[in-house]
Amino acid sequence: MAAVKRPHMPVMLVANDLLEGDVVFAATEGWTRDPREACIARDDSHAQALESFAADEFRLARIVDPYLVEVTLNAKGHPVPRHYREVLRMLGPSNRLDLGKQADFKF
Amino acid sequence: MYAYDQFDERLVRERVAQFASQVERRLDGSLSDEEFRPLRLKNGLYLQLHAYMLRIAIPYGTLSARQLRQLAHIADVYDRGYGHFTTRQNLQFNWPKLKDVPAILGLLADVEMHCIQTSGNCIRNVTADHFAGVAHDEIEDPRPSAEWIRQWSTLHPEFDWLGRKFKIAVSGAPHDRAVLKAHDIGVQILRDPVTQQIGYQLLVGGGLGRTPMEGKILREFLPREELLGYLEAVLRIYNLEGRRDNKYKARIKILTHEIGIKAFRAKVEEEFARIDSTNFGADLEEFSRIAAQFAPPAYDNLPDVSRKLEVAQAGDEELARFVEHNLYRHKRKGYTAVTISLKAIGQAPGDATSLQMRVIADLAEKYSLNEARVTHMQNIVLPDVRLDDVPEIFAVLRENDLATANVGLITDILCCPGLDYCALATARSIPLAQTLSRHFADPIKQKEIGELSIKMSGCINACGHHHVGNIGILGLEKKGAESYQITIGGDASENFALGELLGPGLPEQNVPEAIDKVLGVYLALRQPGESFIEAYRRLGLAPFKAAFKEVADAVA
Amino acid sequence: MLLLDRRGAKEETFTRIESAGESGGGSILAPFALIEEILAQHGDNRRIGVLVSNNVTADALEPYFDRLALIAVVFPSGTDGRGFSLARQIRRRGFRGILRASGPLFSDQFPQALACGFHEVEIPDANAARQPVEQWLAAANRVSLAYQRTHGAGENILDLRRRARLDGEAKDV
Repeated sequence: MAAVKRPHMPVMLVANDLLEGDVVFAATEGWTRDPREACIARDDSHAQALESFAADEFRLARIVDPYLVEVTLNAKGHPVPRHYREVLRMLGPSNRLDLGKQADFKF
Repeated sequence: MYAYDQFDERLVRERVAQFASQVERRLDGSLSDEEFRPLRLKNGLYLQLHAYMLRIAIPYGTLSARQLRQLAHIADVYDRGYGHFTTRQNLQFNWPKLKDVPAILGLLADVEMHCIQTSGNCIRNVTADHFAGVAHDEIEDPRPSAEWIRQWSTLHPEFDWLGRKFKIAVSGAPHDRAVLKAHDIGVQILRDPVTQQIGYQLLVGGGLGRTPMEGKILREFLPREELLGYLEAVLRIYNLEGRRDNKYKARIKILTHEIGIKAFRAKVEEEFARIDSTNFGADLEEFSRIAAQFAPPAYDNLPDVSRKLEVAQAGDEELARFVEHNLYRHKRKGYTAVTISLKAIGQAPGDATSLQMRVIADLAEKYSLNEARVTHMQNIVLPDVRLDDVPEIFAVLRENDLATANVGLITDILCCPGLDYCALATARSIPLAQTLSRHFADPIKQKEIGELSIKMSGCINACGHHHVGNIGILGLEKKGAESYQITIGGDASENFALGELLGPGLPEQNVPEAIDKVLGVYLALRQPGESFIEAYRRLGLAPFKAAFKEVADAVA
Repeated sequence: MLLLDRRGAKEETFTRIESAGESGGGSILAPFALIEEILAQHGDNRRIGVLVSNNVTADALEPYFDRLALIAVVFPSGTDGRGFSLARQIRRRGFRGILRASGPLFSDQFPQALACGFHEVEIPDANAARQPVEQWLAAANRVSLAYQRTHGAGENILDLRRRARLDGEAKDV
C-alpha cells in the first residue's frame, strides 16, 4: 500500500449517520452522538481498527464519510479537536448555541 | 404568478416518487454511495458540517403566501423552526433527516414547489431581478422568460451530467439587479432600437469562485423564438467541450476563456444552425401561455403621493427611515415595492424564523396581491404595496424584528452560511457579519456612509459574492486559524467590477477597525453626493491600501 | 456485461475485436481508431460496429454512418455526460444504425440515455449485479413526462398542452 500520511495521535473517528445525517463518533462499542463518549485511539493500530469498523458500517449503509480527527484531551479527559473546523463540527453553529451537540449535551 | 397545470404537477409528483425510490435503493445497496451522492444533490440534498441540508428552489425568487406558509410549516415539523434565504433566491433548511426528505418533497409538491436541480452538475434554478414586473425602469417582466427557461431546463435529459454546475439569470431592466455578469449565462431582455422587437442579449462565461470572470457578450440580439434553441446549442457545446480533467477548471467560463469568445461563438452558431428547433418547446404559443400568467394585476388608479403615509412619517422617525431606505419606486403611481430586511442588527443574514415567514405571508396576502420575492441580497420584497398601507405594514414588521431600515446600507450584509454550517467552508462568515452589523448599527452613521455593500464568503467558492462587494471579505485558513482577506471596489451591477485586494488577511477581531480605516479615507476624500464605489473609482486603490496597511502592520 | 434496451435484456450479437487481423464470427465491434482497416478487410461481408470515446466528434463519425451498423459510445463513468450530447448529434445528423451507451451508467440514467437517442445500454457485470434488469426497466418510466421532445418517447408536455387547448377549443365550438 502506498505510504499515506497517518494522523498524529490521539484521534477519534467521526462520520455522519446515513438516515439522520447528524455527526456520530465511534464509541468503544458502536456509535455515539456525544463526543465525550468517543473512543480515543492513542496508537495507529487502534486507529486502524476504528477505520476498519467504520468501513464495515459504511458497507452496511449505516454511516457515511468516516474519517479520523486529531484531538487533544482536556482536563476531564474529553476530546478536543486540534483543528477549529472539527471543533465547530463537534459543537454546532457558533452563532446558534441552541443548536447542535453543544445544545443536545449542554456542554 | 405561474400556476402549475396538470402536467407540471404530475412531473413534480413523479420526481418525488423517484427520489423516494433512490433513497430506498441506496439503503438496500442497489445504488452505491458514489452513485447516490449526485442523485441526492440534483434534488438539493447536501451533507453538510452537522447534518443534511435541503435547498428548495424558489424559481426567480417568486413566492405566494401559501408557499411561504408551507415553508414555515416544514421548518417547524421537519427542521428547527427557521430557514436560510440564499444568495441565489433559494431557501435552505439546515437540519432535515434523509428519512424525512420524501415527505418534505411531498409537502412542497402540494404547493407547487420542489428541490429539482438546486445542486449538482446541471442547470440550476433560474434567478431573476427581484423587482420583476414592478420596476419603473423595466423593458419587460423577466419572469415569463425565466419560467420558459425553467421548464426547458427541468430534467433535461442531455444536460444532467455536465462538467460542473450551470447558472442562468434573467433581467428585464437596464439596471442589473440579478448579477447577470457573474452567471454562466446572463439573459438581458432588450428592445431592438430599429425594429422595436423585444429579444435577448446573451452574456456567457461569467462567474465568481476561484477564478472570477465577467460574462462576455455571446449574442447581441436573439429573437425570442430562438432563445431555447440557442441555449440548447450553448449547453451542448459546453457539455462536449468543457474541461473534465479538473473540477476547478470545469465551468463554462474556463472554456470560453481558453478558446476565446470568438471561437466559442463560432462553435455555438454552427451547432445552433444544425439544431432541430422542433425538438424542444421553442414555440411562441407556449411563451404566450406562460406570459399570460404574469399579466399585470388590476392596479387601482392612485395619486402619486400618499397623504396618509406622509402624516404617519412625520410623527415616526423610524418609519421615515424605513420609507427612505426600504421602498423602491414602483411602475404604478401610488404603489411601492417594500423590501423587508432579513439583516436586523446582529442577526445571521438571510435567516428567518417560521414565525417571521408566516408574518410575511400574511402581509403578502393582505397588502401585496399575495406575492413575495426573495432577493439575491437575502431580503424579502413585497412587490405590490399601496403607499397608503406602508404604515400598517411597518407596524407589523416592527413587532416581529423585521423593520430594520438598512436596505443598501453597510449593515445590509450579504453572507454565505460559512463554516458554522457548510462542509466546504474554510472559515466562519456569520459571526463576523454579526460583529460588523453591530459595529455599524447606528442609523445616523449608516446614513452618513450611504450606499455601500459588504459581501462575505467563508471560502473561495464565493457563495457570498465577495468579489462583487463594494467591500468584499473572504474567510480563509491561515496557519491553522481563520483569516479574512478584504477587497474593495467590487460592483455587482451593470457596472460590473471585481474587487481588489487591500493586503494580507486579518484575524476576525481586526476586521472592523480595518473597515473603519477604509471608510475614514472615503469620508475624508469624497465629493458631495459621491458614493463609496464612485469615490473608489475616482481615487483608485492606493489611499485605501495605505490606510489599511496601518492595521495590517500592527497585526503582523 | 449486461446489454439491454427498452424491452429488457438482449443478447450481444457483436464480437469485440482489438485488431483488424482478428475476425471472430458474425458482426464485429472494433475501436474507432481501426475503422479504415476494418472497413477495408470486412466492410463487404460483415456488420460493423465501432466503440468511440466520448471526445470523438460527430464530424469525425459522420462520413462512416452508412457503413456502420452500431456506434457504441463509451461512458468512462456515470457522471461524465458528454456521451449524451454526442448521441443527440449522432442521431440529429442522420445515423440510422444502433446507438449504444457502454459503461458504468446507473439505472436512473436509463431514461436519459434513451431520451438522448441511445437504443441500448451495456453495463459492466459488477453494476448489473447491484442493479438488475428490472431496476432499469422500472427506472425508464418513473418520470413519465418531459418538457423536452425526446427520442423514442411519445408526446412531450408541450404537445399535451397544445392538444388540451385544441380539445378545449373544439368543445367551445
